[in-house]
Amino acid sequence: MAYLLKGVSVLGAAPTDLLIKDGVISDKTDKDAVVIDAAGLVALPGLVDVHTHLREPGREDAETVETGSRAAALGGYTAVCAMANTSPVADTAGVVEQVWRLGREAGLVDVQPIGAVTVGLAGKQLAELGAMADSAATVRIFSDDGFCVADPKLMRRALEYVKAFDGVIAQHAEEPRLTEGAQMHEGEVSTRLGLTGWPAVAEEAIIARDVLLAEHVGSRLHVCHVSTAGSVEVLRQAKARGVRVTAEVTPHHLLLTDELAAGYDPVFKVNPPLRTSSDVMALRQALRDGVIDVVATDHAPHAVQDKECEWSYARPGMLGLETALPIVLSVFGEQWDLIADRMSIAPARIAGLDGHGGDLTKAGTPANLTLVDPSASWVVDPSGLASRSRNTPYAGMTLPGRIVATFLRGEATVLDGKAVK
Amino acid sequence: MAQPRADAPSKIILAGSDLSRVVDRIAHQILEKTSGATGTVLLGIPTRGVPLAHRLAARIHAFEGVEVPVGSLDITLYRDDLRLQATRALGKTELPAGGIEGLRVILVDDVLFSGRSVRAALDALKDLGRPSSVQLAVLVDRGHRQLPIRADYVGKNIPTAHSESVKVALTEVDGADEVRLIGGLQ
Amino acid sequence: MIKHLRSAADLDAATATLILDTAAEMAALSGREVKKLPALRGRTVVNLFYEDSTRTRISFEAAAKRLSADVINFSAKGSSVSKGESLKDTALTLQAMGADAVVIRHSASGAPHRLANWVEGSVVNAGDGTHEHPTQALLDAYTMRSRLGRLDGLKVAIVGDVLHSRVARSNVLLLTTLGAQVTVVGPPTLIPLEVGAALSDKTQVSYDLDAVLPESDVVMMLRVQTERMQDSYFPSAREYSRRYGLDVPRLKRLPEHAIVMHPGPMNRGMEIAPEVADSPRSTIVEQVANGVSVRMAVLYLLLGGK
Repeated sequence: MAYLLKGVSVLGAAPTDLLIKDGVISDKTDKDAVVIDAAGLVALPGLVDVHTHLREPGREDAETVETGSRAAALGGYTAVCAMANTSPVADTAGVVEQVWRLGREAGLVDVQPIGAVTVGLAGKQLAELGAMADSAATVRIFSDDGFCVADPKLMRRALEYVKAFDGVIAQHAEEPRLTEGAQMHEGEVSTRLGLTGWPAVAEEAIIARDVLLAEHVGSRLHVCHVSTAGSVEVLRQAKARGVRVTAEVTPHHLLLTDELAAGYDPVFKVNPPLRTSSDVMALRQALRDGVIDVVATDHAPHAVQDKECEWSYARPGMLGLETALPIVLSVFGEQWDLIADRMSIAPARIAGLDGHGGDLTKAGTPANLTLVDPSASWVVDPSGLASRSRNTPYAGMTLPGRIVATFLRGEATVLDGKAVK
Repeated sequence: MAQPRADAPSKIILAGSDLSRVVDRIAHQILEKTSGATGTVLLGIPTRGVPLAHRLAARIHAFEGVEVPVGSLDITLYRDDLRLQATRALGKTELPAGGIEGLRVILVDDVLFSGRSVRAALDALKDLGRPSSVQLAVLVDRGHRQLPIRADYVGKNIPTAHSESVKVALTEVDGADEVRLIGGLQ
Repeated sequence: MIKHLRSAADLDAATATLILDTAAEMAALSGREVKKLPALRGRTVVNLFYEDSTRTRISFEAAAKRLSADVINFSAKGSSVSKGESLKDTALTLQAMGADAVVIRHSASGAPHRLANWVEGSVVNAGDGTHEHPTQALLDAYTMRSRLGRLDGLKVAIVGDVLHSRVARSNVLLLTTLGAQVTVVGPPTLIPLEVGAALSDKTQVSYDLDAVLPESDVVMMLRVQTERMQDSYFPSAREYSRRYGLDVPRLKRLPEHAIVMHPGPMNRGMEIAPEVADSPRSTIVEQVANGVSVRMAVLYLLLGGK
């Protein structure tokens, strides 16, 4: 089906008509095209998330590939990278192919599986990285996310090994010995609340080590969910030296602080934890400067019973897919080029997802795009979200920017703000 | 209980020396009815019953040279309307050194109204010991009893409407002596 | 009056003073033959204990019973709690049973805050994880006031494992609210980060017990668990006790009038020498007795009114 987006603003430029036909942006005309009145709407290349937890297989009560895909499409995403900490762990070609196939069946976004670095995420022995790379899922990002690849020798080997197929190791930077029993950011608030602290240095020390390792072996490194001002400084120096390192920041680390733990509501428990406002400011600046390359959601659905409990018994993580763009809009305003780069173009490049993050003004670009109404605002209602879980930290907040439509290779996945399937 | 508004009209029933004369009269009555106040203890009910009890003891001493022990009996924890209001702070309960066992206890309060405070005081007293008898002295009896209780010594009977209230002020607590009738029909 | 007592920070100076004054009245009433008071007749107090703490539970139980409340003891052992029932489901059960107050002891910091979301009655924190133990702080403050006559301007040293101590957190908050000057003393590994900013900017920090003692009106020794050694908070029990234990020579450095406190249970020979624990300056037994009066005051003030 062809669509004609009338009066659309591509990345904030002057209104124009955009024809989507045969899966690409077309410079031809089509009388039969479905006309969408896009006046006042902004077209962005479809968003790409390099860090999503879809929970399937294993915790289908929290999320499935299908429900997560729907949440992603409603959030303006056309591709998500599914983290490996499922049950069973995505540490074999079989599991990554299963996830990849489920994504294709759901057909709402491209689901690109991430493979585990080590068998069972146990940090002892390399998983069959090559087999996953060669599988139908063509895995390029490998991560033990949830756990840090703490052993320096193993990390070095992993960084080296994936060079053979242009892979990248996405590190969850957390020195485990410094975060035993940790519940929240270590600082004034953790002292007041009597919760064991997660010191910033536990993240910074691993990032510092890993950029040196990546530099030493000449490999690519990607740093997951950077959360501290100190990490930003380490990355800034490494990039200045030419280390091939990329980094992500989550929407929640760009907005929320550790003060939110004060009521002990585990909806604010996340790993790495919410930090201080000076960290938040440093992360915003780093994203503007490009020291941090991308916004990634770390969408982490959890079943009700894993959050409606004592803080220290709750599982860490927050929903993110359906609120990511509104949060970024509320933080940075309508800086469309910045948003397109950090949420689509750069993540597509890191994940090797050709066809995503393309130039919408060029005929022939695959029609992966999303339409945003920047003037609309909405109140986050957990029960109104498409995710199977409800653990959004933004409940009751009024956010700017509504996703009106999303297209995946020219087919609408979202129209009028509703998922088509 | 309906309370008159703060700006409701009021009139003074007793002031200064009138009030002292009333206290003197009660002291005389006590001496008369207790054969010289022997074997007697005065227990004031906080707040204003306590200074009243001390005044009575002082007057009795002045009239007859008798030392009547004085104490205080807080009834807060025994009230039957605790849950109808915000939590109340406790007053002091202090028994005289000789206790109350086998003695005549005279409870002293400022105003006798429904009788519920006196009932609470009797309950509180029961947990403290076994006096030989219990009597009641009040500065003002304004009527409207809800329980079968009457005072043995009454300073002044003031007929009131239900909608009115009687406010006793004492120098020790309020800076001046006065009994005021507040509110009601004009 | 406040609805819950989850943290000593729930108390402003006026409310805290009201509790201490009420406790004094309760203590006076406890001296008489008939100890029971009718104030909480018909009210139900549930002791929900996820951690063993016989002394705290008995103290709350005695307090509630002296005020004529009905007491239900709900302990983690031998109940559905040990079968993995969630705190929320337990809360809903207690709610259905008509609990007017739930006294909760829990190993997770913040459990009382969570519970307060799920029950309509009052929640009283009887110790949560490494967070707070507000009634312990109240009874400590009560003990100091009755021994020394005041709290305002009092110099209090809290010594030991402040990092893991709920007693220390509640005491710092409450005592500074009431005008005392608190110094926390211990090895740097056991002093929490930014303790001043976190609790009260009037709090001082010292690593030198000997320097603090001559200045102190009160020295409160905290229990130090020997397991902390394995986690490298300090090298050995011997070294700890040499640097931070209160022994007889150190006791002599205290001013004449100063008192020694300990929330119990004590590690005799570790943080406190037996001679010190048993000395007339020690208030340890008094603290236990005062606990009942203070908890009576708390229950009365939370539940006595409408």
